[in-house]
Amino acid sequence: MIKFENVSKRYPEGHDALRDVDFTLKRGEMAFLTGHSGAGKSTLLKLIMLMARPTRGQVSIADQNLAQFSRDDIPYHRRRIGVVFQNHQLLFDRTVFDNVALPLHISGYDEDDIGKRVRAALDKVGLLHKEKLNPITLSTGEQQRIGIARAIVHKPQVLLADEPTGNLDPALSEEIMRLFMEFNLHGTTVLIATHDLALVSRMPYRNLQLDQGRLIHD
Amino acid sequence: MTNREPVKRGAERQRPPVENASTESAVPASKGAAKHKIDLASQSKSWLRHHKSTARESLLRLLLTPLPSLMTLAVLAIALALPGLMFVGLKNIHQLSGEWQGDPRISLYLQKTLPVEEVDRFSQKMLLRTDLAAVELVTKEQGLHEFQRISGFSDVLEFLDKNPLPAVVVVQPLDNQKASLVKLQQQLSELPEVEEAVLDMVWVERLASFVQLANRLVLVLGALLALSVLLVVGNTIRLSIESRKDEIQVAKLVGATDAWVKRPFIYTGFWFGLIGSAIAWLCVQVSLLLINTPVGDLAALYQTDFELQGLGFIDSLSLIGVGILLGLFGARLAVGRHLREIEPQ
Repeated sequence: MIKFENVSKRYPEGHDALRDVDFTLKRGEMAFLTGHSGAGKSTLLKLIMLMARPTRGQVSIADQNLAQFSRDDIPYHRRRIGVVFQNHQLLFDRTVFDNVALPLHISGYDEDDIGKRVRAALDKVGLLHKEKLNPITLSTGEQQRIGIARAIVHKPQVLLADEPTGNLDPALSEEIMRLFMEFNLHGTTVLIATHDLALVSRMPYRNLQLDQGRLIHD
Repeated sequence: MTNREPVKRGAERQRPPVENASTESAVPASKGAAKHKIDLASQSKSWLRHHKSTARESLLRLLLTPLPSLMTLAVLAIALALPGLMFVGLKNIHQLSGEWQGDPRISLYLQKTLPVEEVDRFSQKMLLRTDLAAVELVTKEQGLHEFQRISGFSDVLEFLDKNPLPAVVVVQPLDNQKASLVKLQQQLSELPEVEEAVLDMVWVERLASFVQLANRLVLVLGALLALSVLLVVGNTIRLSIESRKDEIQVAKLVGATDAWVKRPFIYTGFWFGLIGSAIAWLCVQVSLLLINTPVGDLAALYQTDFELQGLGFIDSLSLIGVGILLGLFGARLAVGRHLREIEPQ
């Protein structure tokens, strides 16, 4: 599903974020992406999202070389991926419901359909009763779960997460991870970038470890 | 770019996720035709729905921040009302000059030595001419009388022992073409009784060239003010883009197309243009109402039945149309410049 072939990324200022990264994540697989901050985890996710392009090598999603995608194709590429961020990127000028509904509005779903799907997503993360609140009134853990609901509401093929448990205590982190595992059980390919090694070691999943842009452990 | 637009619109519902692993080289833009066809109706429906909801939301946004919106709208209204008013002024001058241009006259100053009977006979001869619509005789005495009345020099004239004024026959030609007027003037001036034939054309020409100048002036000022409308709308939209940066980034991250992101701002420009020009229209109408009475008084003093013309239906529509176009164009400018710079980090 996700395939990196000798991918390098050098930023214009000369910093090498990724060097010769090579791995394949199969459809329905779940893996962690670990490493210190600055090891290249975020860059790797950005390449998958087409927020950046590799300097060398090839990134493929669902057997499609991303290099072929023009600027106009990028939105449609992103619609099959769900992303969760550490800073959850919620919009505080609208309700929880509207935050989660955003990807569906963008993809042009029917209003009825949107209602059903958003409630299903909120139900999965256990926050159905908070749909009418403004996310600013929620706790960090709840905001993170809203972010996850938004990432999975359109049933993406691939789910990416960048430090999804960054600000959370261990109990909450565990809960969030359990959510990801559940989505993975339903067939979604999941890749989670984290530096919480203790948590990763307790989970029976593949661990792609980056160090200064190199993949040092698979 | 532009020829892709219709494809994108149709496909906005979902350009099908690229699933078929067998065709590896396929580019997402060109595939999934079958799925597109099935969904075309619902796609265009959803596209229309998004337009509707975006139009409504942009209007609501304007109304939710009444003070800044009102400031912008006031500037737009003034910038649109000024050319509107100038245009109305021009229209009225046109009407005036058209009215007067209708009956140019030739004044025939007769020889001072011509006896009264000869003057009478001459004016009757003029009456018989078929190329004149009207003939009016102003005798020496009438002329003097009128001069005394109008000039206020009556005292001075009393010192003169003889009437210095000639008899005048004012004729109104049938044919108002400039060339034939000049020809007729030439012809009449050659008559033995006539000392001088003066065509009252000079001031008509002056008025015409004045109108032309005013025309040009209105055009130049109108263009400058239109430019200011563009800049005001552009700047307002730029600020609005800046304030919704987070939203734009998130939207782009979850797969919003450029068109989708642009739409609310284009609609904001539309509303600014529409409401601004509507206020401008109101300003013009109220101004006309205010000066209507004094203009009527003035016209009465000049004994004309001149009536102030308003914008009228077509010109009102044009004013609002121009406002909307400027709003849309200003928004496009701002959106084109600033939206590409906002990418998710």
